[in-house]
Amino acid sequence: MNDQPSSPTRRRLLMAAPLVVAGGIGVGFWRMLSGMTRGSFDPHDIHAPALNRPVPDFALPDQAPGQGFSAQDLRALKSPVLVNYFASWCIPCVAEMPVLNALKERLPIWGIAYKDKPEHALGFVQRAGNPYARIAADRDGLAAIDWGVSGVPETFLIGPGGVIRWHTASPITETMITNTIMPLADSLKS
Amino acid sequence: MKTHPLRHYGVIALLACLLFAPFVAMAVDDPSEMLPDPAQEQRAEAIGSQLRCLVCQNESIEDSSADLARDLRHVVREHVAKGESNRQIMDWMVNRYGNFIRLKPPLTIGTLLLWVMPLLALCIGMGVAWWTFRRPRTVTPTPLTDAERRRLSDLTETR
Repeated sequence: MNDQPSSPTRRRLLMAAPLVVAGGIGVGFWRMLSGMTRGSFDPHDIHAPALNRPVPDFALPDQAPGQGFSAQDLRALKSPVLVNYFASWCIPCVAEMPVLNALKERLPIWGIAYKDKPEHALGFVQRAGNPYARIAADRDGLAAIDWGVSGVPETFLIGPGGVIRWHTASPITETMITNTIMPLADSLKS
Repeated sequence: MKTHPLRHYGVIALLACLLFAPFVAMAVDDPSEMLPDPAQEQRAEAIGSQLRCLVCQNESIEDSSADLARDLRHVVREHVAKGESNRQIMDWMVNRYGNFIRLKPPLTIGTLLLWVMPLLALCIGMGVAWWTFRRPRTVTPTPLTDAERRRLSDLTETR
């Protein structure tokens, strides 16, 4: 048996081991952090327990200029819909409007005005070019708590049967649409 | 005119009350938020101080002035008034916002791993050290060949 602890190959292997481990950890972190630019990793994200659950019960009044909707409407869906919580007083919501307007032809977007005066929400939607097919108003913000919303904008992708398939608590971006939302929505259609 | 010394104490006590009143009522922005029953209010505050304000993320909903924190305080008080247990209210919140809303996270596989990681790292390190520095097994060396013996005697003689 040639069990010699100080053989040069073994010593070299032992010296390489920490480097390999450090390299592995480095690659892991790099992959995780590069997800920030792709949109697959968001350190500020609050992991919604609502994911893969049916939408919570809610009944909200209509918000002009659209027709409102309830939990039943979402549960009766046959194809995916994006539900977007917004408010006229929310700056990131203004920023995501052009992106939503570009998306509305490919995926229906239903809006919920969060803690907003009806006339303010109406003005905001009209100025933004109305990306919403239907709009409801959550004036006291209590339905939002059932959705697990912690602030606006917050967006949910609802699959057939009203199941929440995806969620983000940050403004929708072009990369999110191409990398995550549309592939997921297309897979839910078939 | 002479004033009774006790009246001074009364004034001092009143001033002290006014001075410290804000600290007592600091939890809520508006006294109208508070429940009329002090025992229920105390329970609501205890629950609220365990819930994270998701806007400020490092304050409890009892400490935060954020809109959402006020709504959550209101919801907690509604549930307390309905007579729900602390556990039920906590579960209701976790069901909506996940364990992130709890300022004191529960013991799960993830948190357990987090806590025992130093110990685990130490054990792994000690294992590696033991494996590396263990005494080499005494191996009887193979006897020298004739060529080696000749070379050895050459070397020792040149000294």
